[in-house]
Amino acid sequence: MLESIPSQALLGGILIGISAALLLAFNGRIAGISGILYNVLFNPLSGSERGWRMAFLVGLIGGGYLMLPVGFELRQGYSPILLIISGLAVGIGTRIGNGCTSGHGVCGIGLMAGRSMVATATFMVSGIITVSILRNFIG
Amino acid sequence: MKRIIIALISGLIFGAGLVISEMVNPVKVQDFLDLFGNWDPSLAFVMGGAVAVTLFSSRFIMKRKTPIFAERFYMAVTTSIDSRLILGASLFGIGWGLSGYCPGPGIINAMINPTEAMMFLPALVIGGWIGQRYSA
Repeated sequence: MLESIPSQALLGGILIGISAALLLAFNGRIAGISGILYNVLFNPLSGSERGWRMAFLVGLIGGGYLMLPVGFELRQGYSPILLIISGLAVGIGTRIGNGCTSGHGVCGIGLMAGRSMVATATFMVSGIITVSILRNFIG
Repeated sequence: MKRIIIALISGLIFGAGLVISEMVNPVKVQDFLDLFGNWDPSLAFVMGGAVAVTLFSSRFIMKRKTPIFAERFYMAVTTSIDSRLILGASLFGIGWGLSGYCPGPGIINAMINPTEAMMFLPALVIGGWIGQRYSA
Protein backbone atom coordinates (compact mmCIF):
# COMPACT_ATOMS: atom_id res chain seq x y z
CA MET A 1 0.00 0.00 0.00
CA LEU A 2 2.69 2.48 1.02
CA GLU A 3 4.77 1.70 -2.04
CA SER A 4 1.86 2.59 -4.28
CA ILE A 5 1.77 6.19 -3.00
CA PRO A 6 3.76 8.37 -5.39
CA SER A 7 6.05 9.91 -2.77
CA GLN A 8 7.59 12.55 -5.04
CA ALA A 9 4.17 13.85 -6.01
CA LEU A 10 3.10 13.94 -2.36
CA LEU A 11 6.32 15.61 -1.18
CA GLY A 12 6.14 18.20 -3.97
CA GLY A 13 2.51 18.88 -3.14
CA ILE A 14 3.27 19.37 0.55
CA LEU A 15 6.07 21.82 -0.36
CA ILE A 16 3.64 23.79 -2.55
CA GLY A 17 1.17 23.88 0.35
CA ILE A 18 3.87 25.09 2.76
CA SER A 19 4.88 27.81 0.31
CA ALA A 20 1.29 29.06 0.08
CA ALA A 21 0.86 28.90 3.88
CA LEU A 22 4.07 30.92 4.44
CA LEU A 23 3.03 33.69 2.07
CA LEU A 24 -0.41 33.90 3.66
CA ALA A 25 0.74 33.74 7.29
CA PHE A 26 3.56 36.28 6.96
CA ASN A 27 2.53 38.58 4.11
CA GLY A 28 -1.24 38.02 3.99
CA ARG A 29 -0.96 37.24 0.27
CA ILE A 30 -2.31 34.52 -1.98
CA ALA A 31 0.33 32.47 -3.82
CA GLY A 32 -1.48 32.63 -7.15
CA ILE A 33 1.07 32.49 -9.92
CA SER A 34 -1.07 33.86 -12.76
CA GLY A 35 -2.23 36.82 -10.68
CA ILE A 36 1.31 37.61 -9.51
CA LEU A 37 2.60 37.42 -13.09
CA TYR A 38 -0.11 39.64 -14.63
CA ASN A 39 0.17 42.23 -11.85
CA VAL A 40 3.89 42.55 -12.50
CA LEU A 41 3.43 42.71 -16.27
CA PHE A 42 0.32 44.83 -16.73
CA ASN A 43 -0.45 46.85 -13.61
CA PRO A 44 1.31 50.00 -12.50
CA LEU A 45 2.46 49.07 -8.99
CA SER A 46 4.29 50.87 -6.23
CA GLY A 47 7.77 49.69 -5.32
CA SER A 48 6.80 47.35 -2.49
CA GLU A 49 3.78 45.96 -4.37
CA ARG A 50 6.04 45.12 -7.29
CA GLY A 51 8.94 44.01 -5.08
CA TRP A 52 7.38 41.02 -3.35
CA ARG A 53 5.86 39.77 -6.59
CA MET A 54 9.20 39.98 -8.40
CA ALA A 55 10.86 38.23 -5.44
CA PHE A 56 8.28 35.42 -5.61
CA LEU A 57 8.82 34.93 -9.35
CA VAL A 58 12.61 34.99 -8.97
CA GLY A 59 12.25 32.44 -6.17
CA LEU A 60 9.95 30.26 -8.29
CA ILE A 61 12.49 30.08 -11.11
CA GLY A 62 15.40 29.68 -8.66
CA GLY A 63 13.65 26.91 -6.72
CA GLY A 64 12.97 25.08 -9.96
CA TYR A 65 16.57 25.56 -11.05
CA LEU A 66 17.94 24.10 -7.78
CA MET A 67 15.99 20.88 -8.39
CA LEU A 68 17.27 20.42 -11.94
CA PRO A 69 18.09 18.27 -13.81
CA VAL A 70 14.72 16.59 -13.95
CA GLY A 71 14.33 12.84 -14.13
CA PHE A 72 11.96 12.70 -17.06
CA GLU A 73 12.42 12.59 -20.79
CA LEU A 74 11.78 15.88 -22.56
CA ARG A 75 8.92 16.02 -24.99
CA GLN A 76 10.13 16.76 -28.49
CA GLY A 77 8.41 17.69 -31.70
CA TYR A 78 5.14 18.76 -30.06
CA SER A 79 2.87 20.86 -32.27
CA PRO A 80 3.84 24.56 -32.10
CA ILE A 81 0.27 25.49 -33.03
CA LEU A 82 -1.08 23.57 -30.02
CA LEU A 83 1.50 25.19 -27.72
CA ILE A 84 0.54 28.67 -28.92
CA ILE A 85 -3.23 28.08 -28.73
CA SER A 86 -2.68 26.56 -25.29
CA GLY A 87 -0.72 29.60 -24.09
CA LEU A 88 -3.40 31.98 -25.35
CA ALA A 89 -6.21 29.98 -23.73
CA VAL A 90 -4.35 29.66 -20.42
CA GLY A 91 -3.56 33.40 -20.48
CA ILE A 92 -7.07 34.62 -21.32
CA GLY A 93 -8.74 32.02 -19.09
CA THR A 94 -6.67 32.62 -15.98
CA ARG A 95 -7.00 36.39 -16.35
CA ILE A 96 -10.78 36.50 -16.73
CA GLY A 97 -11.27 33.62 -14.27
CA ASN A 98 -8.90 35.33 -11.78
CA GLY A 99 -6.68 32.37 -11.06
CA CYS A 100 -4.99 29.15 -12.06
CA THR A 101 -4.07 25.84 -10.43
CA SER A 102 -2.20 27.65 -7.64
CA GLY A 103 -4.54 30.53 -6.80
CA HIS A 104 -7.83 28.66 -7.09
CA GLY A 105 -6.72 25.03 -6.76
CA VAL A 106 -4.28 25.29 -3.84
CA CYS A 107 -4.90 28.59 -2.04
CA GLY A 108 -8.61 29.17 -2.69
CA ILE A 109 -9.70 25.66 -1.79
CA GLY A 110 -7.49 25.85 1.31
CA LEU A 111 -9.48 28.92 2.35
CA MET A 112 -12.74 27.09 1.55
CA ALA A 113 -13.66 29.72 -1.06
CA GLY A 114 -16.73 28.58 -3.01
CA ARG A 115 -15.55 30.48 -6.07
CA SER A 116 -12.27 28.58 -6.13
CA MET A 117 -13.95 25.21 -5.66
CA VAL A 118 -16.21 25.91 -8.64
CA ALA A 119 -13.27 27.20 -10.72
CA THR A 120 -11.14 24.15 -9.89
CA ALA A 121 -13.93 21.69 -10.70
CA THR A 122 -14.51 23.55 -13.96
CA PHE A 123 -10.91 23.59 -15.17
CA MET A 124 -10.40 19.95 -14.16
CA VAL A 125 -13.45 18.87 -16.16
CA SER A 126 -12.55 21.00 -19.17
CA GLY A 127 -8.95 19.77 -19.02
CA ILE A 128 -10.10 16.13 -18.92
CA ILE A 129 -12.47 16.66 -21.87
CA THR A 130 -9.72 18.45 -23.82
CA VAL A 131 -7.14 15.68 -23.33
CA SER A 132 -9.70 13.00 -24.22
CA ILE A 133 -10.55 14.77 -27.48
CA LEU A 134 -6.91 15.56 -28.21
CA ARG A 135 -5.69 11.98 -27.73
CA ASN A 136 -8.60 10.18 -29.35
CA PHE A 137 -9.42 12.40 -32.31
CA ILE A 138 -6.46 14.69 -33.00
CA GLY A 139 -3.13 13.48 -31.63
CA MET B 1 12.35 43.97 3.20
CA LYS B 2 11.04 41.21 5.47
CA ARG B 3 8.11 40.70 3.13
CA ILE B 4 10.40 40.49 0.10
CA ILE B 5 12.46 37.77 1.79
CA ILE B 6 9.34 35.78 2.69
CA ALA B 7 8.08 36.06 -0.90
CA LEU B 8 11.47 34.89 -2.19
CA ILE B 9 11.51 31.88 0.17
CA SER B 10 7.89 31.09 -0.68
CA GLY B 11 8.70 31.21 -4.39
CA LEU B 12 11.75 28.98 -3.90
CA ILE B 13 9.73 26.32 -2.08
CA PHE B 14 6.95 26.53 -4.66
CA GLY B 15 9.35 26.13 -7.59
CA ALA B 16 11.11 23.22 -5.90
CA GLY B 17 7.73 21.57 -5.23
CA LEU B 18 6.65 21.91 -8.85
CA VAL B 19 9.83 20.21 -10.10
CA ILE B 20 9.99 17.47 -7.41
CA SER B 21 6.34 16.56 -7.97
CA GLU B 22 6.84 16.49 -11.76
CA MET B 23 4.06 19.00 -12.27
CA VAL B 24 6.55 20.54 -14.72
CA ASN B 25 6.37 17.44 -16.94
CA PRO B 26 3.58 18.24 -19.43
CA VAL B 27 3.27 14.62 -20.58
CA LYS B 28 2.58 13.53 -16.99
CA VAL B 29 0.01 16.32 -16.60
CA GLN B 30 -1.76 15.19 -19.76
CA ASP B 31 -1.63 11.57 -18.53
CA PHE B 32 -3.24 12.77 -15.29
CA LEU B 33 -6.02 14.52 -17.23
CA ASP B 34 -6.49 11.45 -19.48
CA LEU B 35 -9.08 10.01 -17.12
CA PHE B 36 -10.78 7.90 -19.78
CA GLY B 37 -7.56 6.75 -21.43
CA ASN B 38 -4.23 5.71 -19.96
CA TRP B 39 -4.86 7.49 -16.65
CA ASP B 40 -1.90 8.29 -14.38
CA PRO B 41 -3.43 9.29 -11.02
CA SER B 42 -0.16 10.22 -9.28
CA LEU B 43 -0.51 13.99 -9.74
CA ALA B 44 -3.69 13.86 -7.64
CA PHE B 45 -1.25 13.55 -4.72
CA VAL B 46 0.30 16.92 -5.62
CA MET B 47 -3.02 18.71 -5.36
CA GLY B 48 -4.02 16.50 -2.41
CA GLY B 49 -0.81 17.18 -0.47
CA ALA B 50 -0.90 20.90 -1.19
CA VAL B 51 -4.57 21.31 -0.27
CA ALA B 52 -4.14 19.22 2.90
CA VAL B 53 -1.48 21.69 4.06
CA THR B 54 -3.41 24.84 3.08
CA LEU B 55 -6.71 23.57 4.55
CA PHE B 56 -5.03 22.71 7.84
CA SER B 57 -2.82 25.83 8.11
CA SER B 58 -5.49 28.32 6.98
CA ARG B 59 -7.59 27.49 10.02
CA PHE B 60 -4.83 28.78 12.27
CA ILE B 61 -3.60 31.58 10.04
CA MET B 62 -7.03 33.14 9.56
CA LYS B 63 -7.63 33.20 13.31
CA ARG B 64 -5.05 35.96 13.50
CA LYS B 65 -6.23 39.55 13.13
CA THR B 66 -3.33 40.39 10.82
CA PRO B 67 -0.54 38.49 9.07
CA ILE B 68 2.81 38.37 10.90
CA PHE B 69 4.59 40.93 8.66
CA ALA B 70 1.68 42.83 7.07
CA GLU B 71 -1.17 45.05 8.19
CA ARG B 72 -3.95 42.95 6.67
CA PHE B 73 -4.88 39.86 4.67
CA TYR B 74 -5.28 40.59 0.97
CA MET B 75 -8.19 38.40 0.03
CA ALA B 76 -9.98 38.17 -3.31
CA VAL B 77 -12.40 41.07 -3.71
CA THR B 78 -14.79 39.09 -5.90
CA THR B 79 -16.68 36.30 -4.22
CA SER B 80 -19.54 35.75 -6.67
CA ILE B 81 -19.72 32.71 -8.88
CA ASP B 82 -20.54 34.23 -12.25
CA SER B 83 -20.28 33.45 -15.94
CA ARG B 84 -16.84 35.09 -16.19
CA LEU B 85 -15.46 32.67 -13.64
CA ILE B 86 -16.92 29.66 -15.46
CA LEU B 87 -15.85 30.92 -18.90
CA GLY B 88 -12.35 31.74 -17.66
CA ALA B 89 -11.86 28.43 -15.83
CA SER B 90 -13.20 26.48 -18.84
CA LEU B 91 -10.79 28.24 -21.20
CA PHE B 92 -7.93 27.69 -18.79
CA GLY B 93 -8.75 23.96 -18.62
CA ILE B 94 -8.75 23.72 -22.42
CA GLY B 95 -5.35 25.42 -22.60
CA TRP B 96 -3.97 23.27 -19.77
CA GLY B 97 -5.06 20.09 -21.53
CA LEU B 98 -3.77 21.15 -24.96
CA SER B 99 -0.15 21.47 -23.79
CA GLY B 100 0.01 20.13 -20.22
CA TYR B 101 1.24 23.51 -18.96
CA CYS B 102 -0.37 25.77 -16.39
CA PRO B 103 1.35 29.11 -15.62
CA GLY B 104 3.88 28.05 -12.92
CA PRO B 105 5.23 24.99 -14.76
CA GLY B 106 5.12 27.02 -18.00
CA ILE B 107 7.48 29.59 -16.49
CA ILE B 108 9.84 26.97 -15.05
CA ASN B 109 9.96 25.20 -18.42
CA ALA B 110 11.92 28.13 -19.80
CA MET B 111 14.85 26.26 -18.17
CA ILE B 112 13.73 22.68 -18.84
CA ASN B 113 12.29 22.73 -22.33
CA PRO B 114 13.06 26.15 -23.84
CA THR B 115 11.89 25.07 -27.31
CA GLU B 116 8.35 24.65 -26.01
CA ALA B 117 8.50 27.56 -23.54
CA MET B 118 9.51 29.86 -26.41
CA MET B 119 6.10 29.23 -27.94
CA PHE B 120 3.95 28.78 -24.83
CA LEU B 121 5.16 31.71 -22.69
CA PRO B 122 4.77 34.61 -25.17
CA ALA B 123 1.29 33.26 -26.00
CA LEU B 124 0.50 33.11 -22.26
CA VAL B 125 1.51 36.76 -21.80
CA ILE B 126 -0.45 37.89 -24.89
CA GLY B 127 -3.46 35.89 -23.64
CA GLY B 128 -3.20 37.51 -20.20
CA TRP B 129 -3.06 40.90 -21.87
CA ILE B 130 -6.13 40.15 -23.97
CA GLY B 131 -7.94 38.91 -20.86
CA GLN B 132 -6.93 42.08 -19.02
CA ARG B 133 -8.46 44.27 -21.73
CA TYR B 134 -11.62 42.20 -21.66
CA SER B 135 -11.74 42.54 -17.87
CA ALA B 136 -11.28 46.31 -17.75
